[in-house]
Amino acid sequence: MKKNSSVVVDLLLLLLAITVLATPAFSDLVLSKVERRIDVTSQIARVTKTLKVVNSGSESVSEFTLTFPKFLGNNLAYLSVSHSEGKGKAKRSLANLSVKEAHPKGMPDSISFYSVSLPKPLSKGDTLTLEVVAAFTNVLQPFPEKITQRDIHLVMLQESAQYLSPYVVESQSLSIKLPNARIESYSKLENTKVQGSEIKYGPYKNLAQYSYAPIVVHFESKAAFAVAEKLVREIEVSHWGNVQVTEHYNLVHRGAQLKGEFSRLEYQDRPNPQGVSAFRHLLARLPPRAHSIYYRDDIGNISTSQMQSDSKKTELLIEPRFPLFGGWKTFFTIGYGLPLSDFLFASEGKRFLDISFGSPMIDLVTEKLIVQVVLPEGSKDISVTTPFAVKQSHEIKYSHLDIAGRPVVVLEKNNVVPDHNQKIQVLATLQEVQNIIQKCLAAHDKLEASLRDLSRTGDIQTCKAARKSTDSLLKDLSKELRPLLASLQSFPSASQISPKVEELVAKERELQEKLMAKHTTVVEGYEKKSSGRDIENRIASQQQKIIALRQEVDDLLEFIDEI
Amino acid sequence: MGAKKASPDLLNSSFSFKSLKLKTKQQELLLRVSILGLVYVLAFIARLFSVLRYESMIHEFDPYFNYRTTLYLTEKGFYEFWNWFDSESWYPLGRIIGGTLYPGLMVTAALIYWTLRFLRFFVHIREVCVLTAPFFASNTTIVAYFFGKEIWDTGAGLVAAALIAICPGYISRSVAGSYDNEAVAIFALLLTFYLFVKAVKTGSLSWALGSAFGYFYMVSAWGGYVFIINLVPLYVLVLLITGRYSMRLYVAYNCMYILGMLLAMQIRFVGFQHVQSGEHMGAMGVFLLMQVFYFLDWVKYQLNDTKLFQTFLRITVTSAILVGGIALGVGTASGYISPWTGRFYSLLDPTYAKDHIPIIASVSEHQPTAWSSFMFDYHILLFLFPAGLYFCFKRLSDATIFIVMYGLTSLYFAGVMVRLILVATPAVCLISAIAVSATVKNLTSLLRTKQKVPQTGSTKGVGSSKSSSKVTLDQSQPFQKNGAIALLVGVFYLLSRYAIHCTWVTSEAYSSPSIVLAARGAHGNRIIFDDYREAYYWLRQNTPTDAKVMSWWDYGYQITAMGNRTVIVDNNTWNNTHIATVGRAMSSYEDEAYDIMRSLDVNYVLVVFGGVTGYSSDDINKFLWMVRIGGGVYPVIKEPDYLVNGEFRVDKGASPKMLNCLMYKLCYYRFGELVTEYGKPTGYDRARGVEIGNKDIKLEHLEEAYTTSNWIVRIYRVKPPTNRL
Repeated sequence: MKKNSSVVVDLLLLLLAITVLATPAFSDLVLSKVERRIDVTSQIARVTKTLKVVNSGSESVSEFTLTFPKFLGNNLAYLSVSHSEGKGKAKRSLANLSVKEAHPKGMPDSISFYSVSLPKPLSKGDTLTLEVVAAFTNVLQPFPEKITQRDIHLVMLQESAQYLSPYVVESQSLSIKLPNARIESYSKLENTKVQGSEIKYGPYKNLAQYSYAPIVVHFESKAAFAVAEKLVREIEVSHWGNVQVTEHYNLVHRGAQLKGEFSRLEYQDRPNPQGVSAFRHLLARLPPRAHSIYYRDDIGNISTSQMQSDSKKTELLIEPRFPLFGGWKTFFTIGYGLPLSDFLFASEGKRFLDISFGSPMIDLVTEKLIVQVVLPEGSKDISVTTPFAVKQSHEIKYSHLDIAGRPVVVLEKNNVVPDHNQKIQVLATLQEVQNIIQKCLAAHDKLEASLRDLSRTGDIQTCKAARKSTDSLLKDLSKELRPLLASLQSFPSASQISPKVEELVAKERELQEKLMAKHTTVVEGYEKKSSGRDIENRIASQQQKIIALRQEVDDLLEFIDEI
Repeated sequence: MGAKKASPDLLNSSFSFKSLKLKTKQQELLLRVSILGLVYVLAFIARLFSVLRYESMIHEFDPYFNYRTTLYLTEKGFYEFWNWFDSESWYPLGRIIGGTLYPGLMVTAALIYWTLRFLRFFVHIREVCVLTAPFFASNTTIVAYFFGKEIWDTGAGLVAAALIAICPGYISRSVAGSYDNEAVAIFALLLTFYLFVKAVKTGSLSWALGSAFGYFYMVSAWGGYVFIINLVPLYVLVLLITGRYSMRLYVAYNCMYILGMLLAMQIRFVGFQHVQSGEHMGAMGVFLLMQVFYFLDWVKYQLNDTKLFQTFLRITVTSAILVGGIALGVGTASGYISPWTGRFYSLLDPTYAKDHIPIIASVSEHQPTAWSSFMFDYHILLFLFPAGLYFCFKRLSDATIFIVMYGLTSLYFAGVMVRLILVATPAVCLISAIAVSATVKNLTSLLRTKQKVPQTGSTKGVGSSKSSSKVTLDQSQPFQKNGAIALLVGVFYLLSRYAIHCTWVTSEAYSSPSIVLAARGAHGNRIIFDDYREAYYWLRQNTPTDAKVMSWWDYGYQITAMGNRTVIVDNNTWNNTHIATVGRAMSSYEDEAYDIMRSLDVNYVLVVFGGVTGYSSDDINKFLWMVRIGGGVYPVIKEPDYLVNGEFRVDKGASPKMLNCLMYKLCYYRFGELVTEYGKPTGYDRARGVEIGNKDIKLEHLEEAYTTSNWIVRIYRVKPPTNRL
C-alpha cells in the first residue's frame, strides 16, 4: 500500500497547488460542454475530448490553452487537436491545429500547459468545437507491482473526474472504457455509474477554473504491456526495385513484475493455464505485398511465427522464444522486402519515398525510435518531411559493392505510440533543374557556334536552321522546367533554395532572349550583306550583356551545387 | 568415373562437327579440369544440406566456442584476441584463450571475412564461419587429386577427389555449420602429407619447405598434428630399414622437421612441446638417426674398408643408441621431457581411458568404433581398401609406402576412437581410388584391345595384322570380353550405390545441427524442438549479466556463446577437479550441493531433461559419468550408491541416493504431476520408458526459474541464504 499512499500524497499536493492559484491570467473563454472518453483497453491510455468553446469576453481570442496534470503531461506521447464543424452525422473534422508546449508564468509546476492556435480568432460570442486526441504511455500503473504467476494483472489509473482547465466549464462528463468488467475498485463520487466495462462520471455542472476531483480506478488488464525500449528501423532503398525494412526490437514487458517461480507445468496446464499476465505473441500489420519476411535474433532463426496475407495487408504473428512475463526482456529482428513501386514515386523528375514512420506492431509503445533511411549510392540533396518534430542527422553506410557509401538519413523520436504511424517523405530532387539549365546553356553554345560558322562560310540558311532547332529545343526545356519549379516551391524544406533557383531560371531566360536578339542582328546583317565590322559594332553592346549574364548564371549554378 | 571412358568419343564426334578439333592431350586436359571443377562444386553443395534443412547456423558444441572467439577476433583485432583472458568461462578460474587454443581456424575465417569486406561484400561473420568447412572440403578434393596423381596416376587422383568429396566419414565433420578445427585441419593434414611425399620424391628443398609450412598450418589448426609428427618419422624409419635411404629423403625430412618445429613453436598452445614432450620425441630420435646415417655414409665412403667399417658401425650405432637412451632417461627423470599424456595412451591402448580418465571416456565420440559405423562412413571403400593395398604392394615406391602406412595406422586409430575415422578417411579414399582406377583401367584396356583388333582387320585387311589378331584372340581366355564388361558394370553399380549412400547419409544423419532437434509428428509432419536456443536466449535476456550458470560441461560453450553468461565448466576440459566439483554437486543431496554452489557463486543451474519428449541424450543418461568423474576426485561419491544391483534406474526401484540427489530433483521437479503420454500414469519418463520413482519433489534452496516449452532445458535459480535468526 505504500505506493498507493504516495499517489494520494501526489494528488493532495496537486489539489493544494490548485487551490492556491490566483485568478487566472487567461482569456474569458468558457467551455460550454466537455465530453471526455478515456480508453484503457490497451496499455496506452487514449483520451478523446470534445470541447465546445464559447468566447464570453469582449476581445477576440486566437489561442486556446489545454492543461493536464503534470503526472499525465509527462507521459504524453501524442497530442492532436482539430476543430470540427456541423453536428451529428454531418460533423466533419477539419485540419489539425498547431499545438506547442507553453510555460505561462506564475503557474504551478504540477500542471502541464499546451497552447493551441485557433484557425481564426474567436470573436465575441462565437463558439467553436475542438476535438482533442491524446495518448499517454506509462499511466496505467501495475498494482501490485510484483505478482506471482497465478495472479491476475491489475493496473491502476489516476485521473480527475472533473476537467482540469483554466477556463470555466459549464457541463462536463467523463467515461472510462476498461478492458473487461472485472473492476477491483474505483473512486465513488456523486453521479458515478458503472455499466459493464465502462465507468461514467458526471455530468457535472458549472465547474470553476481548475476544478479537480481525483479518482483512481483499479482494474484487471489482459493487454500486452509490450514496450520497445529501443527500436531501430532500417529502411533500405535499392535500385533494383526493392525496399528492405529491417527492424530491431528491444522488447520488455512493462506490466507487474513476476516474482517467485515460473512453472512450466502450470503455464501449460490444459483446462486452466496460469500465467495470464504474460503475453505470448505480438501482431505486426505489414504493408501489403510484403515478401521475404524473416524473424530472427542474435542466435538464429525463430521458427514460431505465422503469416497471413491478402491484397490489403500482411499480418505477421510473432511469438518470442519464450513467453514474456512482467519485467522479462527479449530482443529480435524482423525484416521484410517491399516492392519499390508502392513506396517510391518518381513524378516530375524527383523521387520521393513515402513510408510510415513507426513500428507495424499493434499496440506497441516505443520509448526510443530510430529510423534509418538508407538511400541508393550517389543520392543527393536529400530532404525529409515529417508530420511531427523529429531529430535528424546524416550518416554514411557501406553495403555490398559500395565505393562511396550510401547516404543515410537518421530520424530519432522518443515515446512513440501507434498514432505516430504516419507517412514520412524523403526526397532527392534539384538535380533535374540543374540539368535543364545546363542543357539550355549547351543550346546557347550551339547558337554561338552557328554564328561563328556563319562568319566563316557565310551560309545563312544553315544558320537559320540551327536557330530554329535551338529555338524549339529551348521551348521544350522551359516546358519541362515549369512543373519542376512548381513542385519545388510546394516543399517547405526547399524554401531556402527555391528563390535562388527561380533567380537562376529568370537569368537564364534573359540570357536566352539576349542571345536570340544577337543572333537575329547578325543574321540580318549578313542578309543585308553589311560589312563584318559593322555587324560587330552593332552586337558589341549585346555581347557585353551576354557575357555578364552568362557569368551570373554560372555563379548561381555553383551556389546551388554547394547547397 | 564412368564418363571418363565414354566421353572422349562423344567429345570427339561433337567437336569434329565444329571443326574445332582438339588434340588428344588437350581433350584429356579439358576433361580432367572439368571433372575436377565439378567435383569441387559437388563437394561444396553436398555439404549445404544442413542449411537447407535447418538454417545457416553453427552446429554442435565446440563450434560455438570457435564462433565466439572468431567474433572476438574480428571485432577486437588480433592482438586483443591473442591476449584475451576470458572470465566468462571456468569461473572463478577463467581461461587464457590466446594461450589455450589452436588459432588456425579463427584466423582463417577472419582472413576470409576481411578479404570479402575488402572486396566490398558485407557478409556477416556467421555466414563465413558456416561456410568455412565446405569451402575447405572443396579444397581438400583438389589436394586429394594431386596426392592421388603423385602416388599412382591422374586417373587415381580424379577418383580420389570424387570419393573424398562425398565420403560420409569426412562429411560428418565438414557440413556447413560445423565450424570446428577439423574442418580446416583435414585439408592441412593432406596438404602436408602431399607436399612431404612430393619432397621425398623430388628431393627438392622448396617442396620440403612447402610441407613445413603445411605442417605449421596444421599445428595452428588442430591438436591432431601429433599424428603427422609421429607418422612422418615412422615412415622415414621404415624407409631406412627397408634400405630406401637416399639424399632426397635426407633433405626432405631434415628441412621439414627443423623448419616445421621452429614454426610450430610460434603457436603458444604448442610452445616447446616439440623438444619437451614425450609424444614428439620420436621425431627427434629419427632426426638424430638420419644424421648418424649420413655420417656413416660419409665414413663408409672415406674408409673403403668393409671390415673396419663394420666395427665402426657397431661402435657408432651402440654409442648413439646409448647416448640417446641416456638422454631420454635423464630428461624424463628430471621432468624436462614430459611423459606421454593420457590422451596419447588412450589412443595406443583402447582400454586405458576407461580405467584411468573417465572424462575422456565419457565423450561419445571417444568411444571405440563399432563395425556399423565403419560401414556407415565408408560403405564400399571398406572393401576397396584391401584391394587398393594389394595394388600398392604390387607397385611399391616411396609414395605408395607412405600411403600404405598412413592408411594402416590411421585405420587403427579410427578403430580406437570414433572421431578418428575422420583422419583415416583421406587415406581410405586414396587407397580405394587406386583400387578403382587400376581395376577400371585394366578392364577398359582389355576391352579396347579387343575392339581395336577387328577394326584394324576390317579397314586395312592386311594379312599380317589379321594373323596377329588371331594370335591374341587365341591367347585370351574365353568370355574375357563379356567378363570385363560385367565387371565394369559391377564397378559402376557399386560406385553409384556409394554415391546414393553418401547423399542419403549426408541429408539424413550428418546435417543436424544438434541444437535444433527435429522429429516426425504423428501425421508425418516435421516438428522442431528449439528448446536449447529458447533457454539460452532466456538466460541472455532475463538474468543479470554477471550471473554464473552451473551445468554439466557439455553445455558450457553454448551457454557462453548463446547465453552470454559465465559458466563454471565448459567443453575445454582442462581442469578435471573443477569438473569433478560440478559432478559432485549434481550427485549430492540438495543441502550438500547448496554449499558447493554457494562456494562457487552459482546463481543458476541448468539441466537438460528429455523425459517429456523422449530425447535420450539428456543429463539423466549422462548422470553416471558425472558420478564417476566426481568420484574420481572426491571419494565421497561412490558409483554403487546410485545403482541397484549394478543397474541404473530412475523408477521406484532406484536407490534412495539416486532418488534424492540434486540432478534427479532438478530434472523431475513437478514432473510427477504431468501426463506425458496418453494412457500412461503421471510422471511417465518417455526417454527411459518408466514411471519415475519420486514424484513428490520439494526444493529448498532452489526455485524453478525457467523451463522450455518441451521441458528439454530446465533452469533453476539458487536462492540466497535465509537470514539466521
